[in-house]
Amino acid sequence: MHELSIAAGIVEAVTESAAAYPGSRVTEVRLRVGALASIVEDSLQFCWELATDDTPLAGSKLVINKQPVVVYCDACDADVEIKGVQSFRCPRCGKHAAEIRQGRELEIESIELDEPEIGAANPVEEKV
Amino acid sequence: MTTRIVELRRGILKKNDELAAGLRDRFASAGVLVLNLVSSPGTGKTAFLELTLREMRTRGVRVAALVGDLETDNDARRLAASGAPVRQINTHGICHLDAEMIAKHIDAWEEVSLPGLDYLFIENVGNLVCPSSYDLGESIRVAMLSVTEGEDKPLKYPGLFNSADAAVITKIDLSIPCGFDRDLALKNINEIRPGIRVFETSSKTGAGMVMWLDYLAEHARLL
Repeated sequence: MHELSIAAGIVEAVTESAAAYPGSRVTEVRLRVGALASIVEDSLQFCWELATDDTPLAGSKLVINKQPVVVYCDACDADVEIKGVQSFRCPRCGKHAAEIRQGRELEIESIELDEPEIGAANPVEEKV
Repeated sequence: MTTRIVELRRGILKKNDELAAGLRDRFASAGVLVLNLVSSPGTGKTAFLELTLREMRTRGVRVAALVGDLETDNDARRLAASGAPVRQINTHGICHLDAEMIAKHIDAWEEVSLPGLDYLFIENVGNLVCPSSYDLGESIRVAMLSVTEGEDKPLKYPGLFNSADAAVITKIDLSIPCGFDRDLALKNINEIRPGIRVFETSSKTGAGMVMWLDYLAEHARLL
């Protein structure tokens, strides 16, 4: 439901980071999104086009790498991955495991940029 | 053109998280216990909070509340009848409260100073999805559901229930007419958030309030 504001937040953060690479264009943004992050992937993809329109990120691709939930199981003394988000139990021993080690992430992992070749004509000239 | 990949590893909600961390420090140094109440619309957050504020004030505890809604100050007016300072936050379409709204309202709130409070309750916008991502600097996040909503609410909204520190079941006076399966509801809550404290309450009869108030007092002592 708040995917548009999430998308706008990503655009802002990426624009800020990409400013360190003048003349280059962002072609891809890769996210890490945990299964517990309450993000609907389709909805975020839909909002991406809206949020990037008229920004330096227009036309870029959004790649969402979903992260499964990993919990710490006290009984097994191990980090274990659980299937889905419907039962927080260790798949090995079946005991409840409340400590979340992974699955809440909502972060920009990396961005891909197209950069001008070094020594090529200066593409910044259109700035005036 | 050449392609370059830049690792960012940057939290999308970093700004909110930083603001919330700042708020948490402020709350801790002022010695105020802050609770964030989250539920669907209609669970009875306001009625539960009305009773909580009233009970606490009769015990001489210093309480205040911030209440979030898209529009209207109806809830603030209801809560203010308890005599506690209450401030309405209207989000005008935004489906959750965020740390910036909380900071702004606390700074602008003339009748309340944090060190003068024992407890601050934040009633979030009625929504079980989006508030789960936004830390408000609270010490205790309370996930609430009413017996009229169905026992599987925690399974449908695991992100929120899993992020909660306590759960409150409301309207238990309606359990029988609603055919509420208490054991199933408790099992589902525990499946999503193993070991969480659950309070079974009725704002109409006052059931469960003593345990709830004792829980709050225990946590305030730990500050």
